[in-house]
Amino acid sequence: MAFSGSVFSQLRFLVQLGRAEHIARRYFVTNGFDGALTMLGLTMGFHAGGGVATPVAISACLGAAVALGVSGLASAYMSEAAEREKELRELERALVGDLDATAHARAARLIPLVIAAVNGFAPLFLALLIMLPLWLSEAGVPLPLAPLPSAIGVAFVLLFLLGAFLGTVSGRFWLWSGLRMLAIAGLTAGLILWLEH
Amino acid sequence: MSSVKRIVLDVLKPLHPDALAFASAIADSHPGCHVTVTVSEIDAKTETTLVTVEGDDIIYDELAATIGSLGASVHSIDAVEVSSAARPER
Repeated sequence: MAFSGSVFSQLRFLVQLGRAEHIARRYFVTNGFDGALTMLGLTMGFHAGGGVATPVAISACLGAAVALGVSGLASAYMSEAAEREKELRELERALVGDLDATAHARAARLIPLVIAAVNGFAPLFLALLIMLPLWLSEAGVPLPLAPLPSAIGVAFVLLFLLGAFLGTVSGRFWLWSGLRMLAIAGLTAGLILWLEH
Repeated sequence: MSSVKRIVLDVLKPLHPDALAFASAIADSHPGCHVTVTVSEIDAKTETTLVTVEGDDIIYDELAATIGSLGASVHSIDAVEVSSAARPER
């Protein structure tokens, strides 16, 4: 009888075996940060340049969001699959045996997919959230601010939350970590405004 | 008809899963068994362990397949305890 259990417990076992949890978390933050900051840059650029029609901003932001998602998906899968394959062959040499029918081989196939999904989903998800005010404005939903400043506001909030999440992960004070991320976002926004003027 | 009640195996396994996850995975796959894993030697990527399994009727082939599916291999059977059913009285 091979190692058995429910699908969920087997998945959890493979994720633990592949030590994928902390890698996925790191990828989520790294690429999520990339996505949020790229959207902040785009929306700041449009705003500082005098503003553009909302459909144009949506198209540009959506294009960037999809590209970030696909880039995150493909790059993480290619690099993780290569790394896992290398680790598997090294382990086979150490054990002097074939591991193709083992949990290690299944983890080597599954973990790159999980990490690629996280790496691609994180920037796409954050970018779509930042674009939400643009869509709402197009749908005729009244916003407290104009669509672009609203999107910029959402980007700041998400970057703060990302920083706060990092703070809780590292065991540091979440507010300090969030404010630090907010400072980076502010610096980026300031740099864009300075360059535009 | 005899049945295996206790078996001690010399097993070479990868460092991951660790002894706790390894023992749990074996126990999950063989309900009713009591599993003990003792690490006797650690190398860079592997560790040598003594796996003791106790139960009412341990099927060695199934146990070896479970251990194999976890990336480990049985080097030898170091001890075994077998019982047979009492002969019916005439």
